[in-house]
Amino acid sequence: MSNHPSELYYTSTHEWLRDEGNHVYTVGITDHAQSLLGDIVFVELPELESDVDEGDEVAVVESVKTASDVYSPVAGEVIGINDALIDSPGAINRDPYGDGWLFRIRVGEEVQLDNFLDVAHYEEKISE
Amino acid sequence: MPFIPHTKEDVHKMLKVLGIESVNALFDEIPSDLATASLEVFPEGFTEHEVSRLMMDRSPRLQPGLCFIGAGAYEHHIPAAVWEIATRGEFYTAYTPYQAEASQGSLQIIYEYQTMMAHLMGLGVSNASQYDGASALLEALLMAVRIKKGKAKRVVIPKTLHPFYRQVVKTILPYQELVIEEVPFCNDEGRILPQVLQEIEEEGLAAVVIAQPNFFGVLEDVDALTRVVHRKQALVIAVVNPLTVGLLKEPGLWGDGGADIACGEGQPLGIPLASGGPYMGFLTCKQQFLRQLPGRLVGRTVDAKNQPGFTLTLQAREQHIRRGKATSNICTNQGLMVIAATIYMSLLGAKGLRDVAAACHRNARVLKERLTQIEGVRSVFNAPFFHEFVIRLSKPVEQVVSHLSRSGIQAGYPLKKEYPQLGESLLVCATETKTDLDLERYQLLLEKVSYDERGESAC
Repeated sequence: MSNHPSELYYTSTHEWLRDEGNHVYTVGITDHAQSLLGDIVFVELPELESDVDEGDEVAVVESVKTASDVYSPVAGEVIGINDALIDSPGAINRDPYGDGWLFRIRVGEEVQLDNFLDVAHYEEKISE
Repeated sequence: MPFIPHTKEDVHKMLKVLGIESVNALFDEIPSDLATASLEVFPEGFTEHEVSRLMMDRSPRLQPGLCFIGAGAYEHHIPAAVWEIATRGEFYTAYTPYQAEASQGSLQIIYEYQTMMAHLMGLGVSNASQYDGASALLEALLMAVRIKKGKAKRVVIPKTLHPFYRQVVKTILPYQELVIEEVPFCNDEGRILPQVLQEIEEEGLAAVVIAQPNFFGVLEDVDALTRVVHRKQALVIAVVNPLTVGLLKEPGLWGDGGADIACGEGQPLGIPLASGGPYMGFLTCKQQFLRQLPGRLVGRTVDAKNQPGFTLTLQAREQHIRRGKATSNICTNQGLMVIAATIYMSLLGAKGLRDVAAACHRNARVLKERLTQIEGVRSVFNAPFFHEFVIRLSKPVEQVVSHLSRSGIQAGYPLKKEYPQLGESLLVCATETKTDLDLERYQLLLEKVSYDERGESAC
């Protein structure tokens, strides 16, 4: 069974979102997503300080099986990217919610957190 | 490469079985006064190319005439071994391998082709080829836009690029919402001036194409152009004739950082002129852009028993895996042409490629010198060239061309249609296949047409 922490918000496209306070959110892909992808060999991250819209394709996670787009769950400015993944993309497989985070975004407006799935709904969705 | 089937060791073994000391002992029953004289009475040997030419000249039914048309497709001597090997059953039926790893031989030759091509261009990686030079350029441009993550949607192509290539690019790119800008060339030099590139708007610029040599055969100032483009944060796409790299700087060394992508037409590498194809495009790039390179890539690896083997690799962005978002949906490679090119490059080696390039250049210089001595024939561009050059005639070019054609000389490619501003101009090519006599013959016939006033009515 995959591991999905209860304090995170989830999307139906398998991103997770963590509220870091001060309008900053961290984004990654879920444990379920990484297990479907298999060994991750390459990551393309967004550019620092770039402005992104909700739903933009901002990153690519490539495994030996496929390359998968990562969509930004929120609109805002990219204020951090996980450079360490460039040399060790396997961190996403090992620790998707910790060392495997992808990027951080500072949002302009309040995020409607109701739009996201909580852990129960996410797990229900992936068990379908 | 030893083409003689028996090695010294083989011969020695056989002699041992027979119990004799030397091969000559087998012939000792032939009276010695019947033995031949020394081999000195025989004339000097011919090269393979010279023998083929001699036989062709002697055969009344096979008079192909002399072709001085280049314009993107070039006549070269192809060693007979190239197609003898390429048409063996093991190679001949090779299509893109769907059960790839079951076809180790196909994978190995693609791997060797990629290695040679990457070395030749001085860049990190090569794919397994495209349909032709023009489609390789198209993929290079789309690659550049992907590398810029869609933020830059303008590409610049010079008017010195092959007109057919420009047509292919203009056919496809606008549908990807990309903007193509063309830059003019200097009328005296027939090439792009760095200051013209300098004036290009930097905002939204993804890539600039540099052709070397360009369509007129002229050598562009690739170092200066590359520097200007890189200062504008755009990518440099080199379109090169792979044969010239034996003599000229490889794209990976252009300017300060080298061209980012190099592509072009692989036809000069052992593929004959045959009614326009099949040809093959090559596409190479810097290692850092590997993941945006479309098409097949073969890597070397070890199998479960630790034995070396070959495998398709980096397929995650290919169409059978990512369909709508694949790097390209036209990635069929030209397997058989790649095989011929690989054999051609292996047979010639680095020195052979350099010698062919030098012989082409030498012949083109001699021919230009000869033709421009004729009254009414002028050189159009004052710049270094490789194996093609432009002359302007005082008579209608089409008439002159058809007149010479009747005497078995294909004089060149008239530029009037694509470059009306150049007037009665002819693009002339001389490769290593031409002898001094051929060059002289062209000169004499053109002279005759130019001087002979009645010739005009005869045309």
